[in-house]
Amino acid sequence: MGDRLPTLALARAFPALAQTVNGRPLAYLDNAASTQVPLPVLDAMCDFDTRDRANIHRGVHTLSQRATQAYEQARETLARYVGAGPDHELVLTSGATEALNLVAHGLSDRALAEPWLRPGDEIIVSGLEHHANLVPWQVAALRSGATLRVLRPDAAGGLDTEALAPLLGPKTRVFALTACANATGHRPPYEALLALAARAGALTVLDAAQAAAHAMPRMATLACDFMAFSGHKMHGPMGTGVLVGRRGALERLAPLRLGGDMVESVSWDETRFAPLPARLEGGTPNVAGAVGLAAAADFIEGLGRDLIDAHVASLRGAAAAGLAALPGVHVLAPSETRTAIVSFVADGVHPHDIGTLLDGLGIAVRTGHHCAQPLLDHLGVGPTTRASFALYNTPDEVERLIDGVAHALKALR
Amino acid sequence: MNAVDAGNDLYRELVLEHKRAPRNFGALDAATHRAQGRNPQCGDDVRIELRVEGERLTDIRFAGQGCAICIASASMMTEAVKGRTVAEAAQLQQRFRSVLTGQLDPESAALAKLESLADVRRYPARIKCALLGWHALMHALADVEAPADAPERPQGRASPDRPSARVGQSGKATPA
Repeated sequence: MGDRLPTLALARAFPALAQTVNGRPLAYLDNAASTQVPLPVLDAMCDFDTRDRANIHRGVHTLSQRATQAYEQARETLARYVGAGPDHELVLTSGATEALNLVAHGLSDRALAEPWLRPGDEIIVSGLEHHANLVPWQVAALRSGATLRVLRPDAAGGLDTEALAPLLGPKTRVFALTACANATGHRPPYEALLALAARAGALTVLDAAQAAAHAMPRMATLACDFMAFSGHKMHGPMGTGVLVGRRGALERLAPLRLGGDMVESVSWDETRFAPLPARLEGGTPNVAGAVGLAAAADFIEGLGRDLIDAHVASLRGAAAAGLAALPGVHVLAPSETRTAIVSFVADGVHPHDIGTLLDGLGIAVRTGHHCAQPLLDHLGVGPTTRASFALYNTPDEVERLIDGVAHALKALR
Repeated sequence: MNAVDAGNDLYRELVLEHKRAPRNFGALDAATHRAQGRNPQCGDDVRIELRVEGERLTDIRFAGQGCAICIASASMMTEAVKGRTVAEAAQLQQRFRSVLTGQLDPESAALAKLESLADVRRYPARIKCALLGWHALMHALADVEAPADAPERPQGRASPDRPSARVGQSGKATPA
């Protein structure tokens, strides 16, 4: 090793980072919500829109063919990025939320065929999930008559196979899990958990949104039927995302968006759907977004995923240690070493007040429930302050965060 | 270092003082009206209990948890409305809200101590924090519930035409 990310040079590739906020250089530490976009991604989208923009598929004219090629190339780039194998297909979506809704809806909708989920079946979701990997399953359970069961984390917010095993049985049809808890920064042993659930006969769903920028799971090595993530959390455009899955599993999904581009033939009375992936991509897709997302994947690969992963994990470690040393500060998942998220609570001081005072110092963090209210209730902590790191963040920004929190605690207590 | 050094006019000493030692905090045994206010996104949760006698708001308590702005605003509110008539309290709420939403200058709003919260109007994400207690107050005034052990119904009601709420059931306020 010995290699380090050239973070300062890198930051210059991100135009949004070159600004002051409230008189201080922006320290952007809200990457778990949305990352910033580098010039190569902006350029790729601009090139597409200024040169190749046209609707894709079936067009015989030159621009339509170029646009189709750009879109399908983006799909190939992203399939490589997620380590997809020959049995996988990659569906482009508007984000992880749409991808997860597509799965939950597609396994429970009975309008077109007998769905995967039937009355009496069981869906298991982990208790670490973002609302986007919980609420769609609540509704899928209502729609299908299945029962939703929650794999509850231990008191420290961790999950393990011993807790999952007793929940699994012949009725288990779906197991949905995150690759990293967005509210706490905990990384569950998702490889083992997915494998255990798959052995029990469940279709397995992995929300990789918080891993996509630095530790994208390798689809071909996992017992995973569906994996979802968002483009804007990996330096890609907003309104982009991916659902990658085993072909056989994707074919079980009822399409969510019906209309153009997802059909093979249509009469007044009936429709034959197109094969994958078009079957799940009704309507004109976000082609420039797909091109930008592929450019973001190339940008990350160009720097080296392992290098980025080591970098953000070391910032997380330094931040967790520095924050935990402040009086009355409790870091969630304190011993986690593999993620980019540090979340904490402070005795007697509300996260909103910390967040506002940090913003006064030019430091952007997120405060609140992070769309994971049941987990924070379960852990008994309520809303938290969350800092999350990306490839352009520096140890100096971690110091500013720790100093800023210390200042806020002093001012507010 | 004081709060101003952070480039922040939000946390004035009076605001922090109310956050550290909230006034009229706790439960009100002889409440005639009550309501709960919640900001689900941030976990702020404030319960308001009132005693209204005739047209006058004779006592008020609040309890709950929230950020400094939420707690200080609710605390200052209890001081500002205690002893006033229901109509005066409603007018003050209207003026305070108008200042925070930028429709009224703080100087012309006659807010007295509450003016120390006027800078919240420059922090759009925090306006809901400052208004939570006030929303709950308005819901409480609209709530005609009687306490379980009250021998008589309260005389003064903000909305006498509303149906009576069941005992133990509270109104819910969600700020716009």
